[in-house]
Amino acid sequence: MSSISPPRKLQHPARVQLARWLVFAIMLVLAVQFFRIQILKYTTFALRSDNNRIRALPIPAARGTIYDRNGIVVAENVPGYSIAVLPPSVDSLRAVLKRLAVILGQSEEKVDQLIATYRRHPDRPVIVEADASFSEVSAIEERRAALSSGIVVEATPKRHYPLGSTLAHVVGYVAEVNESELRQPEYEGYKPGRIVGQTGVERVYERTLSGEPGTRYIEVNALGRLVGDFKSEETVPSRPGRDLHLNIDVRLQQRAVELFPDSMAGAVVVLEAKGGAVLALHSAPNFDPNEFVGGMEPLAWRALNTDPRRPLFNRAVSATYPPGSTFKPVLAGIAMKEGYARLGTHMPIPCRGALLYYGRVFRDWTPLGHGNVDLRGAIRASCDVYFYQLGLKIGLDNILSAVPDFGFGRATGIDLPSEIAGVFPTTREWYNRRYGQRGWTNSVVLNLSIGQGENSQNPLKMAQFYAALANDGILPTPRVARDGVLAEPAGRLPLDEQQLAVLRLALVDVVNAPNGTGTLARLERWTVAGKTGTAQNPHGEDHAWFVGFAPAESPEVVAAVIVEGGGYGSAVAAPIVGQLIQAYLGRGEPEPGPQTVAGR
Amino acid sequence: MKEREVVRVGDGVLLALAIGLAVFGVAMIYSAGKLEIPSSVTGIWVKQFIWLTISLVAFGLVQRVGIRWLEWLAPATYALSILGLIAVLVIGIGPGPRSWIRFGGVGFQPSEFAKLATILMLARIVAGRERSPDNLWDLWPHLAVVVVPALLIIAQPDLGTASVFIAILMAALYWSGLPTSRLLMVLSPFVSLALAFSTPVWGLWFLLLLALLYRTRAFLSESVAVMVANVAMGVVVHPFWDNLANYQKLRILAFLEPQLDPQGAGWHLIQSQVAIGSGGWLGKGFAAGTQKRLAFLPEQHTDFIVAVVGEELGFIGIAVVLLAFTIILTRVLKIAEQTTDRFASMVVFGIFACWFTHLVSNIGMTVGLFPITGVPLLFLSYGGSFLLVAFVSLAIIQRVAAESKAGP
Repeated sequence: MSSISPPRKLQHPARVQLARWLVFAIMLVLAVQFFRIQILKYTTFALRSDNNRIRALPIPAARGTIYDRNGIVVAENVPGYSIAVLPPSVDSLRAVLKRLAVILGQSEEKVDQLIATYRRHPDRPVIVEADASFSEVSAIEERRAALSSGIVVEATPKRHYPLGSTLAHVVGYVAEVNESELRQPEYEGYKPGRIVGQTGVERVYERTLSGEPGTRYIEVNALGRLVGDFKSEETVPSRPGRDLHLNIDVRLQQRAVELFPDSMAGAVVVLEAKGGAVLALHSAPNFDPNEFVGGMEPLAWRALNTDPRRPLFNRAVSATYPPGSTFKPVLAGIAMKEGYARLGTHMPIPCRGALLYYGRVFRDWTPLGHGNVDLRGAIRASCDVYFYQLGLKIGLDNILSAVPDFGFGRATGIDLPSEIAGVFPTTREWYNRRYGQRGWTNSVVLNLSIGQGENSQNPLKMAQFYAALANDGILPTPRVARDGVLAEPAGRLPLDEQQLAVLRLALVDVVNAPNGTGTLARLERWTVAGKTGTAQNPHGEDHAWFVGFAPAESPEVVAAVIVEGGGYGSAVAAPIVGQLIQAYLGRGEPEPGPQTVAGR
Repeated sequence: MKEREVVRVGDGVLLALAIGLAVFGVAMIYSAGKLEIPSSVTGIWVKQFIWLTISLVAFGLVQRVGIRWLEWLAPATYALSILGLIAVLVIGIGPGPRSWIRFGGVGFQPSEFAKLATILMLARIVAGRERSPDNLWDLWPHLAVVVVPALLIIAQPDLGTASVFIAILMAALYWSGLPTSRLLMVLSPFVSLALAFSTPVWGLWFLLLLALLYRTRAFLSESVAVMVANVAMGVVVHPFWDNLANYQKLRILAFLEPQLDPQGAGWHLIQSQVAIGSGGWLGKGFAAGTQKRLAFLPEQHTDFIVAVVGEELGFIGIAVVLLAFTIILTRVLKIAEQTTDRFASMVVFGIFACWFTHLVSNIGMTVGLFPITGVPLLFLSYGGSFLLVAFVSLAIIQRVAAESKAGP
């Protein structure tokens, strides 16, 4: 290439051509690149463009209504408002929450909780308040411009329990599903933010009640702020949950709460004698499930959770107590079954208020003693000395192997969460493991014989056992919900008709004989049968038991009551059972005094 | 006088395309302001429209200025633009690099005018010589004229614009007829700068350079100078990199790997590609681009205006724009080729190179072929100084074309 330009020809033709081809080549490269992005990769980028801007918001489904056996509403939905925020960043969320907290009266701790939730799921709306009042919503709407455009206020069905605390432990409550629950198979397919049943039938029948949430598609901008509904994508409506009918009789339940106020601690279980329908189930002290709806302030939750009286603890199914003398019919049953005793069998040593066994004194509950009683009399008067001897006669091994046949040592299988199976030793090995080879003696059989020692049962289990006594030996599976097929019986007592009749006869005596221990449960119109119990309590006053059924001739209802620290069962628990049986058998009749029917 | 006989319109097609693109640009800026969130871009198209009017008036005035007058005015224009660049460092304002001066209510970017002034000054230097230089030492005036404004602009700091000056220098030397070997020698330090990130690659380049120097039998002094410059660039790049503003580093890294930081530095490139890619054949419709409307697309009225075109008008719209630019560039090149005046030819080719660089780096960055340098798109991007300078440049081109037609 010459370095000297010839005259008149200023440019080298080759350099002009090179420049021209460079323009064509580079423009072609650009065009090809646009073609690649816009045409060949169109699907990818179109999808990414949509993902950029479209968010799916869940539409909560209305939960099914829960009714009692007479159609009284136990749990329903009322119109409520939820307030959610679609924040672009943690900082802006904090700013919005700070302003909202003033209106909603939320604590700093709650704000921190919400920010933690957002950090885990930054692409999901943060539900600031699942249960906002109308005045809070209008306060937010007034200040919307000053707050943020990312606030979504939605009308959502809100759970309401018209009976308040009356049925708290049966119905349970609902709350937002938490992280650890989401990992359980029980909540498969659930998304954060969904409202789920936390205890009671709300939890057990969650899949029935909850329905299927719908989806609403909204468009957001680069700041993550709501622009509006996304028109091209149809909203998927939610499918409401199915209703649930309970076996519970709300009027009976209310009577139980009246008889067993929150000042006392303990539990009440009332079953239908046949079939195991749960008519009433009460645990005191109580709580108001409505407080949980829409999320509880952390402070209030902690107060409730750490209350020494443990109101959230369902004593009817989750607490176990030594059954005390209410267990004596089991011993009597084993004795009859194994042929060690019959109705009229006396023991060698008459009761003088205590029994000496290898140098140790085993006391009767009354120092006066019961004299020379037979089995019937021993049950009637709850004579401990008689049962000590009976237990020794049967022998530890026979007792340990026979008790499981009476249904003890396993859960009843009720449709409520957190049922604790009671404890009863199964073998001598059990004692060896617990106390060591030489750490225990044969005298444990004396304690077991009167329902003390290594024996603790929940009130529901005792009610189930007495239902079997009342119900030709069939152990019913307790059911709170009426829907669906009746549960298979849990088993059958190993006693024949006559043996059962003998036990019933003795239990009738307990309430109706002049020197029976359960006379305070006696009713005028119906023959009540039952058994008192006093459970030794190492921490204080003894727990009072009474389990009974009526009418004795053809039992319809079984009731078990335990009063923590109530002293003798005969004094405290027996009258409550009597009143409950009266209330149930006398239902439909005009009640004396002001009527207390369920209402708002 | 010759000027009186000059045909008024030099290249009608070129003028029509330029005005057409500028009007289209106003429309796209209007669309860029159609957002779902409050934005300063909304309504900005009115300003651009006013600037277009001013630019057309300036076009009419400059078109009346003869080429000889321009050659005579070049040193003064150049001096003025250097003063402007110094002023911007003293009293300049942002955003980003400090590249603006305010007169009353109007912002001015001296760097835009400096490009044209440098082109004029370079052309005057080249045209003032009988022969084209054939050794490096004769090139010091060329280098000085470009390096001074380039350094002032780096100081702002605005690397994108500074790199345009390198293109202007190389184009002027190319068009002046400098032998290819010397052209490569001048270019070599910039190549070193780019390759110094990897020492083996840079070493390979240095060996190639040695071979070139040996083969072309360069003067010893030339060889030494080229080697020193290359080594210096290779060494200086590391402290230079450390001194880059954080956003500049991130832009370069984001170009290499946009997914590294999709929310931050990679955001521009990713969102630009999503906008363009989701446009498909026909686009989402004028003013209906969702990426733009929902503010996912950054700088949608300036640097990324072509992404708005791609999203709303699709591949068809892009193809039309690319075709228009191709026609404009080839027509300008033809005018540079056909004029018999050496100064005029140098000026027109300088403008060609400047425009070409802008087009390639702006459009290239929106589709990930170039790093994000922040240079605007000719005739389309929002920006008053830029549009004004483009039309003044166009006026000069038209004048050259007209004088060529009229004949010497």
